[in-house]
Amino acid sequence: MTAKTLYDKIWDAHLVSTDEDGTCLLYIDRHLVHEVTSPQAFEGLRNANRAVRAPEKTIAVPDHNVPTTLDRLKGVENEESRIQLDALEKNALDFGVHYYPVDDIRQGIVHIVGPEQGWTLPGMTVVCGDSHTATHGAFGALAHGIGTSEVEHVLATQTLIQAKSKNMKVEITGKLKPGVTAKDITMHVIGQTGTAGGTGHVIEYCGEAIRALSMEGRMTVCNMAIEGGARAGLIAPDQKTFDYVMGRPHAPKGAAWEAALSYWKTLFSDEDAVFDKVLTIKAEDIEPSVTWGTSPEDVLPISATVPFASAFEGGKVEAAQRALDYMGLTPGMKLTDIKIDTVFIGSCTNGRIEDLRAVAEVVKGKKIKDGMRAMVVPGSGLVRAQAEEEGIAGILQDAGFEWRLAGCSMCLAMNPDQLQPGERCAATSNRNFEGRQGRGGRTHLVSPAMAAAAALTGHLTDIRDL
Amino acid sequence: MEKFTKVTGVAAPMPLINIDTDMIIPKLFLKTIKRSGLGKNLFDEMRYDDAGEEIPDFVLNKPAYRNAEIIVAGDNFGCGSSREHAPWALLDFGIRVVISTSFADIFYSNCFKNGILPIILAQEDVDKLMDDAGRGANAILSVDLENQKITGPDGGEVSFEVDAFKKHCLLNGLDDIGLTMQKSDAIAAFEARNAAAMPWV
Repeated sequence: MTAKTLYDKIWDAHLVSTDEDGTCLLYIDRHLVHEVTSPQAFEGLRNANRAVRAPEKTIAVPDHNVPTTLDRLKGVENEESRIQLDALEKNALDFGVHYYPVDDIRQGIVHIVGPEQGWTLPGMTVVCGDSHTATHGAFGALAHGIGTSEVEHVLATQTLIQAKSKNMKVEITGKLKPGVTAKDITMHVIGQTGTAGGTGHVIEYCGEAIRALSMEGRMTVCNMAIEGGARAGLIAPDQKTFDYVMGRPHAPKGAAWEAALSYWKTLFSDEDAVFDKVLTIKAEDIEPSVTWGTSPEDVLPISATVPFASAFEGGKVEAAQRALDYMGLTPGMKLTDIKIDTVFIGSCTNGRIEDLRAVAEVVKGKKIKDGMRAMVVPGSGLVRAQAEEEGIAGILQDAGFEWRLAGCSMCLAMNPDQLQPGERCAATSNRNFEGRQGRGGRTHLVSPAMAAAAALTGHLTDIRDL
Repeated sequence: MEKFTKVTGVAAPMPLINIDTDMIIPKLFLKTIKRSGLGKNLFDEMRYDDAGEEIPDFVLNKPAYRNAEIIVAGDNFGCGSSREHAPWALLDFGIRVVISTSFADIFYSNCFKNGILPIILAQEDVDKLMDDAGRGANAILSVDLENQKITGPDGGEVSFEVDAFKKHCLLNGLDDIGLTMQKSDAIAAFEARNAAAMPWV
């Protein structure tokens, strides 16, 4: 028998048919839906008089547009947002798919809700009209983002027409140094590969440092696989995965659990499996990391200085100069001298309970810098409730953070949470593109602990110096 | 979906690398529930100033390129989000072809669903076409999907590769949902097998 990678195994288990020209039809086990990329797909179904083939495998939740202020249940002020949110609700009810409305405690960012509710299980195929679907790969599920036409295709047929990607292995050997987190791992990898380094590949993350991560940390790592160009990231499931899944509302129970578990234990890359690309990184070489530019590949250790555009090659010279101008940075200045006026903690990258605990640990008994705008947006209503129960919410509020309701918020600034031109934010989210957090806004991507440190000091700060 | 056979039109040069989906169509225009009407906001933050006035230096604002149908772009075009609003905005503006050394996977796939042909070429070919595109109104390229050939203003030809199934769908303007629904027996058979083997799914 040929040795297979984890990706090969999941792919083979979902293959419905293969045409002569090599075009494959892949079965989709879970389809997550949010309000921004689905209205045109449901409209397409209506126009063609088609039903949702498997509504029981389809889960809808509003997240991108929802306000995160406490008064949001009074209604959404922005008319376009309201129309989109209303459309999702109507579509969910009309087509009979699972739905978590804004006032349900289980509502939150779709990539946090899926795992939390046990919809995401090892070995599954999971898609969503959102590139950060890669998050679910932390469970050993093949999970990737799709466009709206593909959303419609999955709704109608529960399948996707796919060409198989290549296999890429990213191994993180050894142990992380203190102050270095899952976020730093995933950013460091993108700094090494570039934003196109994973294009056409599915990345499997492995090695001692990955094994040592919690499920929350593994979700952070896989979440940003897309920023390295890979459609999906994968981590083979292990006891931590099974422990996380067990008892969740939609996880199997009883005999079904036992059957599932024995299957899940076969989900790993065979020893002799061949990868098309391999990257090995020593965990000890990873420092707390930060982005300086406008691409997630613009990553440096916090101890570094802002680079000169001339240090790059080819088209990156122009792109780096453009980034320096946009970010308003002087080459040669220390990253720790960059002043911050806004801190955003949240998103599908870092909006889970472990992330909020990390922030609380840094800011406990302290106050954020005068004039700092600092916001914590939990990834789901359940994360928020748990943080309140653990006393984290109180610690954050005492330190001066705004304590918000769940949603995507300032990660992409589709709701009212936005940067003004020239404002500079330390963010735990995933993209530092021009205008991402608001037109003219400047974003530095960091881990939750580093964001918390910047909130206290008012500038980018090495968490190890605090 | 509109058929794609041959497009002859002005090619606009956008040599910047990593042009991301937030640049192509910023998030404030994602609140629509329609596919149409996004062309006026294509590249919005590069194209208009804070007052909403056109920035004259931006390539698609220059008289020669206002009716461009082709973009020749730097590496890794379309990286970032899965938003299909990016190809919808390009199409609504009138762009039918994007040429680059590489594309982000999801954007690449989204183009084909909307009658846009993304073409991947080697660096030297992209450099040549970028030069051609720099000639303003004379930057006419002809893209022939059937024969997989691009003809430049000087008559020079460049061949390109394209997946056979994707080519077939583009040439015929086919809706692939209809094609897949013809396989509903195979899908049902898969579901029956899977329900027995993995009842927890």
